[in-house]
Amino acid sequence: MIDIVLLSLLVVIAIAIIRMKDLFAVVMLTGIYGLLSASFFVAMDAVDVAFTEAAVGAGISTLLMLVVITMTGRKEKSTRHKPLSALFVVMLTGGLLIYGTLDMPYFGSADAPIHKHTSPRYINDSMEEIGIPNIVTSVLASYRAFDTFGEVVVIFTAGIGVLTLLCVARSQKNDEEIDSINDSMHQQHLVIRIVAKMLIPFIFLFALYVQFHGDFGPGGGFQAGVIFASAIILYAMLFGLSTARKVINQTFVQVIAALGVLLYGSVGIVSLMNGGNFLDYNVLSSNPIAGQHLGILLIEWGVGCTVASVMVVIFFNFAGRRAFQQHKKQAQDKESSAC
Amino acid sequence: MDIIITICSGFLLLVGSFLCISGGIGLLRFPDFYTRMHAVGVTDTLGAGMILVGLMMLSTDFLVFAKLVMVLLFTLLIGPTTSHVLAKAAFHNGVRPKDSNNLEQSKEKENTSSIL
Repeated sequence: MIDIVLLSLLVVIAIAIIRMKDLFAVVMLTGIYGLLSASFFVAMDAVDVAFTEAAVGAGISTLLMLVVITMTGRKEKSTRHKPLSALFVVMLTGGLLIYGTLDMPYFGSADAPIHKHTSPRYINDSMEEIGIPNIVTSVLASYRAFDTFGEVVVIFTAGIGVLTLLCVARSQKNDEEIDSINDSMHQQHLVIRIVAKMLIPFIFLFALYVQFHGDFGPGGGFQAGVIFASAIILYAMLFGLSTARKVINQTFVQVIAALGVLLYGSVGIVSLMNGGNFLDYNVLSSNPIAGQHLGILLIEWGVGCTVASVMVVIFFNFAGRRAFQQHKKQAQDKESSAC
Repeated sequence: MDIIITICSGFLLLVGSFLCISGGIGLLRFPDFYTRMHAVGVTDTLGAGMILVGLMMLSTDFLVFAKLVMVLLFTLLIGPTTSHVLAKAAFHNGVRPKDSNNLEQSKEKENTSSIL
């Protein structure tokens, strides 16, 4: 029953997103969509996925899109051409995908291949082989460590892409001007600044809890990284970008992002050197279970570092671009008024 | 003793749910931004707070109790702050509360438009 309600709400929101022209409302609806799918995942007992969806889909991606909207403007441009060919391609792809699902086993059917070999193995043996209570973490970080490595590299590549496209060289004068703007802004946002100051330490603490508690409950590097980054982004939004840049050096954050991926890969290389397969943690220590624990701890740490710093880098570059644009506009205005 | 706790928590849960529902209705039916925000604020602090206190009474595990206390503290801290920031942003961007004159004017306009 609750599944049907949630799914129909998802459909309603998806249609609303398509039909809206106000991009700000669309971003808010995307956030609601993320939160609803998170509750849907909770209803399906997939708490880890729900946590990730709530942190990434409802939290940080909404935030990043809002930053982008402040640069691009909030109204959608009216399309003059009728995108019939695009509709055709989408219909064709969708039809093919639906046709592809016909061969798949029914949802939840007991004789699907995944329920015959894979799931029983994970459920029965993961406690002996990996030795941590949360099966999702042991699948994600140990059995499927190679896939997770790929995901981390994807996130890292996204960060590099944003850096190459949006990196702005900043002059010192520019900084001072932003500083003066920020100083005046500080007197205006008193309440939220104080409350945020109280909350930010707790957010950091919660991120660390999620990071290191991932073995026992829902959590892990991805969620922890996003939460960590969101605390820094909150600080940057309230206290101004240049203030945040003074606290958190962007070059340092970029190095951390690379170090996270390096740490993950090095764990794999070390296990290769010790005579195991790539990312086979059993050989990291004399006791296989202890080796698994060490390996999972290290790669989760790498994932957390990379995710947090890539998010911070993306936000800094988006927001820095915006400040750069504003500055350019002001300069142009001054020139035109002088003329 | 048990039955008193159960009745108390049931009462609190009921009142909290009522406040949440009334907040939802207020969000849909109130005339302008600020009154709507007031309705949401009631849901945020009092409705959620009462439900949390009701759940606290039912919890037997200390860990669950502590978690609920923390959630309550955070909602009490964050709810009013978000309301404040929202109202401030709206006022800053030129959304003015509807006063009675405005209401009458808009009603008159509606009447004239319906007559036309």
